[in-house]
Amino acid sequence: MDEKPQRRVAVTHPRTAAARSAAKRGVRRDVNDGTALGVTMIRSLRRAQLRLALIVGSGLLVALGGIPLLFLLDPPLREARVGGLAVGWILLGVVVFPLIWLTAWWYVRAAERNESQFVDLVERS
Amino acid sequence: MTSWWPVLAIVAVVGATFAIGLFGVRVSRTTSDFLVASRSVSPTLNASAIGGEYLSAASFLGIAGLVLSYGVDMLWFPVGYTVGYLVLLILVAAPLRRSGAYTLPDFAEMRLRSRRVRSASSVLVVLIGWLYLLPQLQGAGITLRALTGAPVWLGAVVVAVVVGITVATGGMRSITVVQAFQYWLKLFAIALPAVLLVAAWYRDGTPVFTEGGWGDPLSGYGEREYPLYTTYSIVLATFLGTMGLPHVLVRFYTNPDGRAARRTVLAVLALLSVFYLFPPVFGALGRIYTPELAGTDAADTVVLVLPSVVFDGWLGDALSALVAAGAFAAFLSTASGLCVSVAGVLSQDLLRHEGRLGDGVRRFRLGTAIAIAVPFALALVAGRANLAQTVTLAFAVAASTFCPLLVLGIWWPRLTEKGALAGLLVGGGAALAAVVAVLAAGPFTGVAGALLGQPAAWTVPLAFATCVVVSLRTGDRSQRLVSDAAMARLHGPEEIQARRA
Repeated sequence: MDEKPQRRVAVTHPRTAAARSAAKRGVRRDVNDGTALGVTMIRSLRRAQLRLALIVGSGLLVALGGIPLLFLLDPPLREARVGGLAVGWILLGVVVFPLIWLTAWWYVRAAERNESQFVDLVERS
Repeated sequence: MTSWWPVLAIVAVVGATFAIGLFGVRVSRTTSDFLVASRSVSPTLNASAIGGEYLSAASFLGIAGLVLSYGVDMLWFPVGYTVGYLVLLILVAAPLRRSGAYTLPDFAEMRLRSRRVRSASSVLVVLIGWLYLLPQLQGAGITLRALTGAPVWLGAVVVAVVVGITVATGGMRSITVVQAFQYWLKLFAIALPAVLLVAAWYRDGTPVFTEGGWGDPLSGYGEREYPLYTTYSIVLATFLGTMGLPHVLVRFYTNPDGRAARRTVLAVLALLSVFYLFPPVFGALGRIYTPELAGTDAADTVVLVLPSVVFDGWLGDALSALVAAGAFAAFLSTASGLCVSVAGVLSQDLLRHEGRLGDGVRRFRLGTAIAIAVPFALALVAGRANLAQTVTLAFAVAASTFCPLLVLGIWWPRLTEKGALAGLLVGGGAALAAVVAVLAAGPFTGVAGALLGQPAAWTVPLAFATCVVVSLRTGDRSQRLVSDAAMARLHGPEEIQARRA
């Protein structure tokens, strides 16, 4: 036997751009064409975003919707004053606005995080 | 107090609107330019334009008038107008942009594949638009009367003509620039006098008006019945109605993608928050310096007359001119935005089959004429409630119709064509019945007064319940497929979506 021993060749996934993008298109197509997998993935993203919206929305409902209720249940508060100005005026005239903006800012960050996680998931699988 | 300064200021605002509008014509060539500025608007410019378009007669004049007459509970109007954008942000902004719709009827058709829901939506857009245009024209009338003693119809004529011509010739592209300019004009026109008025108030030893619970929440001051119900109804109408206003949705199409839409709303919220610090100042100080206006038809003019009451001579004149300019900027910008939206829907949907009207641009121009002529005729005959209250009726109709359509359409795959249609008819029918009753025969007293004057608290839940119940009874497999495709498009980030033309 004068044959040289054959060189062993590692068989691996070809790390070429074409191969990777072909794989990416596969899962994307699931999402875009609405296969069972795609529908499930979109549903999970939708539910994550809905959960976020409901958290922010219910926070809003309790915080702002609670203000009239607070005044209803605690009549002395209606005439309470801080620095010469009544609480109702300070609260509704000034304080709510920065709070609204901060809530919005927090929401935008969280919603974008949900989406980038979803994109990562699609790109990786 | 007749002075020529305010008239000159109004002429200047009208002239500037015309000039920028006519300059815009050079770049408006296609139907897409007319309707959505071909999506070539930067986010900062877009946010300023949204702010400029949104701050109407109700914000510039109406809020101060309500605060003057009824006290602290009225601060829920500016808070609600702002939170409306926050609710829009968390529930509809990005999905709506991804839907590719630039009118509410487009969204209805995209989501439900239904011509019938599309037609019902078109009719509602036009009705809500007219209802919202009405107080803009009325506001122009009372402004011109308060400043010059001119008859009430003259102000309405000025706004109707200017808006009609600018929209018909320039469309959306030119009014984007006009509206961005008008936001900053309005902010300056209300902030500078407000700051000077507060300074004058300090000079006078900070007098405070406390009589009869005017400064206290839920006091029912000014013979308001059921203050708690009314407060919650205003909250519901403004929080949920903003997303369904015709001129608000169009602006989202001009964002390049869903994320930009969210960021634009963030900027809009900042711009609105800053503006809304000032109108209540006029209402509160008006209570001290012009108490004779409270509770009268003229309460809406407090922003216009207060500077000249507090300040003598040239300063009073100059500030009066400034607020007059701001007020006209408010009428013109909101009316233009509404007019574009209503004209767009009229020309795209309701005049669609009129082939003899020729090309899209000609149909759009005819739509513009109809869009502004009807509320103009209404302004001449309808009785006048407070400006902010009339605007809130438009919010209530939007909250009872397009809010369920958008929210359920985006988040609930089981919404069906029949469910959406039933919700639009029941919610819209109930809210519009209340509006017509109030405008034709109101204001009412007692329970009817509260329920009809602020209908949102019962019409919005009614509309949602109708949509849900009818949808659950009519869902089938073909509807499921339509929903799945729509959900992928509404919620899928742009990076993974297939390219669309």
